[in-house]
Order: sequence, then structure tokens, then C-alpha cells
Amino acid sequence: MSLAVMPLLQQFVVLMAALALFLSFVLLAQTRLVAAIHVFAWQGALVAAVTFTVALTGHAGHLYFSALLTLTLKALLIPWMLHRLVRRLGLERHTEHLRHPALVVMAGVALVIFSYWLVLPMVEQGLAFTRNIIAVSLALVLIGLLMMVFRHQAVAQVLGFMSMENGLFLAAVSATSGMPLVVELGVAFDLLVAMVLFGVFFFQIRESIDSLDVDRLNRLKEVE
Amino acid sequence: MSAWFIALLQALLCVALAPLLVGWVRRVKARLQNRRGAPLLQPYADLRKLMIKETRVAHTASPLFRVAPYIVFVATWLACATVPLIALDLPTAGIADIIVLVGLLALGRFFLALAGMDVGTAFGGMGASREMLISALAEPALLMAVFTLAMTAHSTSLVGVMEHHLTDGFLLRPSYLFAFGALVLVALAECGRIPVDNPTTHLELTMVHEAMLLEYTGRHLALMEWAAWIKLLLYGVLIVNVFLPWGIATEFTPAALALGLVAVVVKLALLGAALALGETLMAKMRLFRVPGFLNLALLLGLLGLLSHVILEVGA
Repeated sequence: MSLAVMPLLQQFVVLMAALALFLSFVLLAQTRLVAAIHVFAWQGALVAAVTFTVALTGHAGHLYFSALLTLTLKALLIPWMLHRLVRRLGLERHTEHLRHPALVVMAGVALVIFSYWLVLPMVEQGLAFTRNIIAVSLALVLIGLLMMVFRHQAVAQVLGFMSMENGLFLAAVSATSGMPLVVELGVAFDLLVAMVLFGVFFFQIRESIDSLDVDRLNRLKEVE
Repeated sequence: MSAWFIALLQALLCVALAPLLVGWVRRVKARLQNRRGAPLLQPYADLRKLMIKETRVAHTASPLFRVAPYIVFVATWLACATVPLIALDLPTAGIADIIVLVGLLALGRFFLALAGMDVGTAFGGMGASREMLISALAEPALLMAVFTLAMTAHSTSLVGVMEHHLTDGFLLRPSYLFAFGALVLVALAECGRIPVDNPTTHLELTMVHEAMLLEYTGRHLALMEWAAWIKLLLYGVLIVNVFLPWGIATEFTPAALALGLVAVVVKLALLGAALALGETLMAKMRLFRVPGFLNLALLLGLLGLLSHVILEVGA
């Protein structure tokens, strides 16, 4: 379905999805932790905007609720909790440089192309405009995964995990006008609990290795 | 015949408008910094002053040093003349497409760098090597952005791209948004504006473009400066007319042409004010951070290309 025949609201959904993809790349290459948390919050806001617009076009009542849930949880609450954690761990000025930033970004681009190739068979099924966005959300998931692999810092890895969840949510909203409400509530609480657990883990990791650089866990040895 | 006349008129207009745009940007910037600033027409006065001054050439200079200003000026001017300024569908567009435009700019830049190295002073060589570093990284990003536009319109001609955009009407195209971002970043780098290079500095640590012109005097310097201003106008017209082509004349009636002129002047004035605001808010970055900056431009171009393929071309 080409863009010219889409109604304006669907064009808006496509635009928001593309911007969320761009923010994923920014998140991947961002060196400052606090700035990365802000980028993640904006990505959550974009996903909430997509949900809201799909609710408007599809007249699916419960999607309004999940848009609100996404906005409060992913754009406000979790970033706020991460922010507070970073402040309590004294990491506000922490920067983390990737060893080969250009290569990491190119790997991200390769993942986008790969996910498009993966979704191509769905073209034959003729699933209207949604399959385009599924490629984007798959790319979001894979880039989140890439971020968890390449970053050494525990907080950044958690951000990657959370942005993976953004991708999954985007796929659910665009492909099948949202998950059932019970599932969605369950996922939301899972995320919250995960966030609290991550907070506890951060303090544990720092206590045991004096840093949040997870790569140093590889060097743990038994004391002789 | 009249089409050729309008093309000629437009080419002359590029040359005439370029100093005005630079004067406007300087004026707005001065105002934003609480200075009174030079008059709007100061760049014309500068050009006149340089033109009537004696032209001195270093005794180590080769003939290339003397011809380079003319080549740079003519190449930039030709490139600017192929961009539709006030009217679409001009015969110049049939001769040159976007790829030729990029090539003409590269030709000008090549001779600029050669001239910088020619006299053999330390600054000239340094400026030339920096310029080549920046342009080698900027060119792929520029081509990616341009290919995004060309793929949407199925044509590499600028007129084709703009006509396609005009007939399609207003669409929220993610690919255009990304291409716009890439083009703005490339324009800042190529025109030597603030996050990459400072056009008003003569500090050896920071200058890129100015370092190559240090040995030039008189009319040679005037031509080099003028070429740089035309390049700024070119990128400005490229940005405003490709992404917001509304108002441009599609037929050759005096009313339509006048409307096209007014539209492009207003759009360029707004863009110039935005540029001045950006330059006031931002600081110049270190030279070694420029590759990262242009990497972002390349990423935006690539994402534009990919989002065109993934999101806009349907089954």
C-alpha cells in the first residue's frame, strides 16, 4: 500500500514509527547515560502516540487505555526511576564510549535491512499497511538486542531491554490492534517489577565489583 | 527562446542574490548577539572594494593559483544555475541533474584545495587537508539524501523531484524528513558554517575554508568569497525548494514568475534567520568530532532510503 493512498492519520503512524526507529539508533550510539534515558522516554512517548492514533483510526476503545498506560509507564515512570537510580549511583556525568561507534551503527542498519527481508514474505499475504510497521518494530527489537550486546554499562543494557519492549508493543499495536487488556496489564506490571529488580541488581553489582561495567564480571575469580 | 532567457535571468539572479543572503545572515546574527551589525548590503561593498584593489600573487605560485578562482567561481555558478530558483521546467534542468550538480561542486572543491596547497605555506596545506576530510565524509551523505529524493520521484532530475512533490500534495513522508535532516547537516558542513567551521575566524586552530584563501588578494579573493556565498545560496535553495516547493512558477507568465521570486526570497530569509539562530546557540565542535557529525548525516540518509523502501513502497 503506497503512502499516497493512505489517510493522513495512517501516514502519521508511519512517520512516528520511523522516528521511533531513528531514536533507537540514537539510543544505540548515545554516550551520555542521562541523555540516553531522555531518548528512551521520547521513544516511549512516540509509541504511545502511535497507539493513540491507531485507537483513533480503528475505534478500538481499549487502545486509548493502553496508550495512556504506555505514556505514564514508558515515557514518565520508568525514565524517572532510571534517572533517580543514576543519580543515587552518582553516574550523572558518566559517559561510555563505544569502541567502534560507526561500525555499531552500521550493524544496526544491517539489522534493519535484515528485518525488512524477514518481513517480505508477508507482502504476498497482502496485510495492508501494517506489515511495513512490523519490519520497523522487528528492527527496534533487534537493535535493542544489539545494544544489550555492545554496551558494557548495566544501566545502558537495561535501556536496551526496555526499548526492545517498545518494539514488541509497536508490533502488537500495529499488527493486531493491541493485545487483550489483561495481557497488557500483566506486561506492564512485569516491566515495573523488572525495573525495581534492576534497581536492586545495580546496587548489588556495584557492591561486588565497585563499578557497573558488566564486562568486569568476566574477570571474577575465587579468592585463594 | 523565452525559456532560455528566463534560465539566464535566473542564473544571474543566483549571483546577485548570494551576497544579500550572506548579509542577511550576518545581520540577524549580529542582532541576536546584541550587536548593531553591518548594513545589509555590506557584502556588495566588500566585493567592490576587493575588485578595485591591486591583485598580488606570491612568487612561488604556479599558473594554477591564478586560474583556480575563475574555475571555482564558474563551477559553483554553473551548479547553482541548474537548481530551479523561481521557475520549474527550465532548459538548464534538462542538461544537468542532481548527480552533475554534486560533480560540479566537487570540481570546484578540488581546485580550491589545489590552490590552497599551491603556494606552499603551512596553513594552505592544512586547510586543504581538512576540507578534503570533511568533503570526503559529506559526499556519501549528500548522495544518500539525494538518492532518497530520486527514488521517490523515479528521476534524478531536480525538476522531476519537485514536480512529483507538487503533484503529490502534502504527505507525511518519513523518508523526506530524514533526507531533510541529512541535507541540512551536509549543508552546514559543506558551507563551512558553525558546528563544523567558523566563517568569520582566522584562528589557525579552527579555520578550514579561510586557511585555503590566506594567500589570495584583490579580485581573486573576491571571486573565491563570492563562490563560497553562491554555494551557501545553492544549498539554501536546494533545501527550501525541494522540500517546500510551493509558490514556484510552473508557467512563464510575469505574475507567476514574480510570485516565484517573492516565495523563494521569503523562504530563504526564513532559512537564513534559522541558520543565524542555530549559529548563535551552538558552539563550534572540535575537528575530530566532525566525522561523528557527518556519520549522523550518513545515518539519516541511509534511514531515509530504508524507510522509503520499507514504509512507503507498498505491495
